[in-house]
Amino acid sequence: MSDAARAFHQRIDAALADRALGDALALTTGRLAGGRAAAMAAFADAEAARDEARRIRAAAIARLDQLLERFEREATARGCRVHWAETAADATRIVTAIAQEARVTLAVKSKSMVSEEIELNAALERSGVRVVETDLGEFVVQIAGDRPSHIITPIIHRSRHDVARLFREKANAAPEDVADIPAMTAFARRTLRAEFLQAGMGISGANVAVAETGTVCLVTNEGNGRLTTTLPRVHVALVGIERIVPSAADLAAVLSLLARSATGQALSVYTSLISGPRRAGAGPGPAKGGEPDGPDDVHVVFVDNGRSRLLGGPLAEILYCIRCGACLNVCPVYQKVGGHAYGGVYPGPVGSVVMPGLLGLEAWSELAQASSLCGACREACPVRIDLPRLLLEVRRQAAAKRLAPRWLRVAMPVYAAVARRPRLYRSAVAAAGLLGRMVAKGGWIRWLPGPLGAWTASRDFPAPATRSFLQQHRLRKEAAR
Amino acid sequence: MPRPSRVQFFATCLVDVFSPSVGLAAVAVLERLGVGVDVVPDQTCCGQPAFNGGFVEEAAAMARHTIDVLSRSPDPVVVPSGSCADMIAGRYPEIFDGDAVYGPKARALAERTYEFCQFLADVLGAGLPAAASGPALAYHASCHGLRGLGLRAQPRAVLRAVAGGRCRDLPDAEVCCGFGGVFAVKMGPLSGAMLESKLDAVEASGADFVVATDLSCLMHIGGGLRRRGSRAAARHIAEVVADAFAEDRRE
Ligand code: SF4
Repeated sequence: MSDAARAFHQRIDAALADRALGDALALTTGRLAGGRAAAMAAFADAEAARDEARRIRAAAIARLDQLLERFEREATARGCRVHWAETAADATRIVTAIAQEARVTLAVKSKSMVSEEIELNAALERSGVRVVETDLGEFVVQIAGDRPSHIITPIIHRSRHDVARLFREKANAAPEDVADIPAMTAFARRTLRAEFLQAGMGISGANVAVAETGTVCLVTNEGNGRLTTTLPRVHVALVGIERIVPSAADLAAVLSLLARSATGQALSVYTSLISGPRRAGAGPGPAKGGEPDGPDDVHVVFVDNGRSRLLGGPLAEILYCIRCGACLNVCPVYQKVGGHAYGGVYPGPVGSVVMPGLLGLEAWSELAQASSLCGACREACPVRIDLPRLLLEVRRQAAAKRLAPRWLRVAMPVYAAVARRPRLYRSAVAAAGLLGRMVAKGGWIRWLPGPLGAWTASRDFPAPATRSFLQQHRLRKEAAR
Repeated sequence: MPRPSRVQFFATCLVDVFSPSVGLAAVAVLERLGVGVDVVPDQTCCGQPAFNGGFVEEAAAMARHTIDVLSRSPDPVVVPSGSCADMIAGRYPEIFDGDAVYGPKARALAERTYEFCQFLADVLGAGLPAAASGPALAYHASCHGLRGLGLRAQPRAVLRAVAGGRCRDLPDAEVCCGFGGVFAVKMGPLSGAMLESKLDAVEASGADFVVATDLSCLMHIGGGLRRRGSRAAARHIAEVVADAFAEDRRE
C-alpha cells in the first residue's frame, strides 16, 4: 500500500472513532438527503428535468472550447477581463497580480471550492492581502484554521456548541453573542459587515457560467455573495472551466435542480447574475444610464487544473457535475467518515472521481476503493452521473498501474484462472469445504488470518459447506434417477 | 414472454461454496412452480469480484466462461442474487461492447437472465403459497438488485405473497449494509461501521430473520448478528419461499 493510501486508511479509522463526528454527520446528512427527496418528490417533472439537465451538461462538455470562447467574447464586450489558468499555481498568480495591481490589502470572499482547490487564501496572505471568508460556514472554518468537510455545508462536522466555543475563543465573542444560533449569526454579521465595507476586492466562485451573455451565476443563502460581488472595487470570480452552459434557458434548467438537490430548497435565497462591472452610462446616476452600484472591475478567472485532461476520456462524465453535494449526503461511506477523511478538497463519491482525475492516481486512487458501489449516489445525482461506473474506472486504472494491494494482485489472476477451469474450480471448492469443517464452530469462523482478518475483525465468517451446492444437486439428481 | 417450461439455474459461487441450502431451495421452488431446472455443472463464478476490484481482464475471462456455459441452451437463466444477475444482465454487455463474438452473446444472455424474485414475479406471476404463520421477517433491499436491476417491487411482492403481514421492511431498508465484495475486506473497519447501523436496524425491527435476495449481504449481516450474539439471523428469500411451500404441503 502506498503512503497516501495508508494515510487515507488512518484518517478513516480516526473518523470512525470520533463519536461526535458520527452524530453530527448522521443528523445533517439525514436532513439534507431528506430535504432533497422531499423537494424532488414535490417537483412535478423531476425526472424529465434531470434528463434535460444531463443533456445540457453533456452537450456543453462536448463543445466546451466553443462555449468558453463565446463566454470570453461576450464577457469582454461587457467590460469583464477574462483570464485563463492552466494550473492552480497559474490561478493564484493571476489573482495575486490582480490584487497587487489594484493595491488591495483586504479581500472578502464568498464560498468557492475552486479557491480551496488552488489554495488561494494562503497565496494571497503570502503576498500581503488579508482574506476574510464571508460564508458563515467558511467563516467558521477560517477562524478555526480548519478545512471545509463538505462542498455545500463546510462545517457539517461541527456542532453549534463547537461553533460557540470557537467564537468565544478565537473571535472575541461575548457570552451573549453565542447564546443561541440567531445571536451567533448576528455576531458573524456584525463582524463581517465591517470587513465588507473596507475590502478592496471581492472573490467569489461561480455556480454556473452562461456563454451567450458572458454571465457568472452565483447562488447563496446568506446574501454574502451579493455583498462580495457588488461592494468592493474589484470582483474576481473563479470558475472551473467545466461550469459553463450555452444559454440562460440552460441556466434555468440547471438551477431548477441545484438547490433542490443540495438543500431541498426550490431555489436558493439569492441568485446573482453578474454580467460585467458597473456601467458608467453617459454620466453618473441612473438618469444618465449610469449604474450606482457594482465594482469598477470584474475579472473572470477560468481554472483548468487538470479538467481538460479528462475531456474525451473515460472519466469525462464527472465534468457534468454541478457540485450540488447530493451524492455526499446519500453516501453511506460519507455518512460514516465525513469529508476530512478523504483528505482532499472534494470528498464523497464525486471527490473520489474528481481527486484522482484532476490530481493523479498515485496519490488519490485509493479514494475510489472506499465505496461499496451501492449506487445511492447515482440515484441522487441530478445530472445522472453514473458515479459507480466512474469509481470502477478509477479502480481499473489503479489496477492497471499496479496500485491495488499486492494480495489482490496475486489473488485475482489465480481466482480467474480457477474459475475458468470447472474441474479445478470444483476441486478447490471441495478443498475449501474440508478446510471449513476443520476450523468452523457451528458453521461459523471467528478468526481468519491475513487480509481476511479484516472480515473477522467485525463479523463472523461463514464456513464453506462440506458439500457444495453443485455436488449436492448432482447427488440428488443421481438418486432420483 | 411466454411461461418457460425450463430454465437454467446459475447458483453463484457464494451459494455453491457457502450456502448450498439456498440453491436447493431456489431449485425446489422453481420445480414446485412447474418449471424444469437445469444446473449446468461447468458453472463457476460470474467474475464480479474481479470486476469490482478493477481487474477487468480477469473479469472478462470469467465472464467469457460464464457466457459460454450458459449459452449452450437458449433457456432463461435464473440467478439467486441481484448483484450477480446485474453483473450478467448489466455489466457483461458493457464489458463486451464492440466485441464481435462475445458482444452479441453477452446481449442475448443478458436478455434472458433474471434474478430469482424477478423471475417469480415478472415471468411466472402468481402461484406462490401463503404461509400466514411463521417467524417475523424484515426485508433488506440489496443494492445491485435494487438500483442496478431496478427490483424495488418484485422481492417485496414475493414476500407479501408468501409471508403477508409477517414481513416488513427493515428501517432504512434501502441503505447499503456495507458488504460491497472485496470492499468488506479491503475497507474492513468502514464496512464494519456500515454493518453496525444495519445490525441496529435488524434488532430494532424485532424480526426473527432479516431477508434479502443476495447471499453476499446475508453472509455479512448474518456474520455480524452472530458476532453480536443477536437473537436474529439472516435468511435468503429463496429459503423463505421454500419454507412457505413446505408449510403448504403440511396443511
Ligand atoms: S456528482 Fe452529481 S450528485 Fe454529486 S455533487 Fe456532482 S452533480 Fe451533485
